[in-house]
Amino acid sequence: MTEKIKPVEQLSYEKAFAELEDIVNQLEGEQPPLEESLKLYERGQALTRRCADLLENAELKLQQLADRELDDADTDQDG
Amino acid sequence: MLQADLFAAHPPSALTVTDLTRYIREVLEEDPVLMNVRVTGEVSNLSRPRSGHIYFTLKDAGAALRCVIWRSNAARIPHDLQDGMAMEAHGSIGVYEVSGQYQLYVRSVQPAGEGRLYQEFLRLKAKLEAEGLFDPQLKQPIPEQPHKIGVVTSTNAAALQDMLNTLQNRYPLVEVVLAPASVQGAAAPPEIVRAIRALNRRDDIDVILVARGGGSLEDLWCFNDERVVRAIAASAIPVITGVGHETDFTLSDFAADLRAPTPTAAAVEATPDVRDLYEILQGSLYRLQYTFQSILETHTDRLQTVYNRLERVSPIYQIHSDQQRLDELEQRSTRALRHILNLQRTQSQSLSQRLGALNPQAVLQRGYAIVSLDDGSLVRSIQQVQAGDTVHIQLSDGKIDARTLENKRNVQV
Repeated sequence: MTEKIKPVEQLSYEKAFAELEDIVNQLEGEQPPLEESLKLYERGQALTRRCADLLENAELKLQQLADRELDDADTDQDG
Repeated sequence: MLQADLFAAHPPSALTVTDLTRYIREVLEEDPVLMNVRVTGEVSNLSRPRSGHIYFTLKDAGAALRCVIWRSNAARIPHDLQDGMAMEAHGSIGVYEVSGQYQLYVRSVQPAGEGRLYQEFLRLKAKLEAEGLFDPQLKQPIPEQPHKIGVVTSTNAAALQDMLNTLQNRYPLVEVVLAPASVQGAAAPPEIVRAIRALNRRDDIDVILVARGGGSLEDLWCFNDERVVRAIAASAIPVITGVGHETDFTLSDFAADLRAPTPTAAAVEATPDVRDLYEILQGSLYRLQYTFQSILETHTDRLQTVYNRLERVSPIYQIHSDQQRLDELEQRSTRALRHILNLQRTQSQSLSQRLGALNPQAVLQRGYAIVSLDDGSLVRSIQQVQAGDTVHIQLSDGKIDARTLENKRNVQV
């Protein structure tokens, strides 16, 4: 996890959960130094909270394509 | 065999009606096409006499055909068969010699159109199959946790609401992008194709559901349309079909990456269940905590070990060691001091006893006496006293003043 760390609030469920899995795997594998472990642990807890929040508060989002989005002049050649 | 040679051998001459009719019958009944024929027309003059056989006429605008269903086949005939229905009959042509009528001996009958549609279905299926459109190797995996689901269906159908309810229930994290399309009638195929393509032009759709609620065979027919089937097969995004009911299979189902029996089932196939996700999340949290705990313990143990080693080599350790010696010495000195004190106490007691024994009063009580002169000096020897001298004899309980009569020296042994 050397890439930029995003605040958990900006992560989608899939991203947050994937990172959580990754962190657990890291901790279970070759144990990182203590300070690093502590950071990972705290991050993991935050990710878990984020995931639970998302599951609890999710509302299905619905978007309907308009006609102009359905039609595409370039690819709609054969009618 | 045919009685053609009969005619060849004899020049044309009058035949009996029976001979001719029999000849016609043989010609017709030996014909390979007429032995196994499908014919469509409108049912009329339907009659079901008590014999159990069924008679009717199939007709269209230009012709009529007598039809017979023997009782042995009648059981397989739809009960609702009635005049005016457009039916497709399957059977063989024969001749009823008595009335000189050719007629269709019907083996089975079904609503017209169905059979033709089915033939078309089989033909197209074979063709597309040969092209490899249904190849299992081409099936794309369905993503486990989709972010956005494309839905191709009619906006005003119950199927859409069913799917949305199911998605909200199972996996409300998902976003639905609805690409509306008619799912019935002639307009349906091009609209479905357009919707599938529109979703494919986006780069954010993880899976597409192509769905329609239950209906008649004709209602569902657009999902057997070659254009629709090809569009599904060509979709770069995985497609799940949910068309009709359990028992309905369309060519779209074969081309899809996954076939679900109903629209609701398609929504289920496309999404994980939020309850399972909770459980998985719980498991991850447990692993996180457990692992971190054990990491902490490992580090604590390591620290303890190093600290122990440090202590052993540190001045503190020496100081503690000295402290211990000091404590030991202190204890020993205390013990020694106590010993000395005890000893002195014992000595002083014995001295006191001895002192007691030396008390003159005690000696006097044992019967001894102290003799003194007038000046108070003690008489220790007879030479200090002459006959006639006054002496004072001190006893334990009083004093005697006495006069000396004689003094004799003790005889030395």
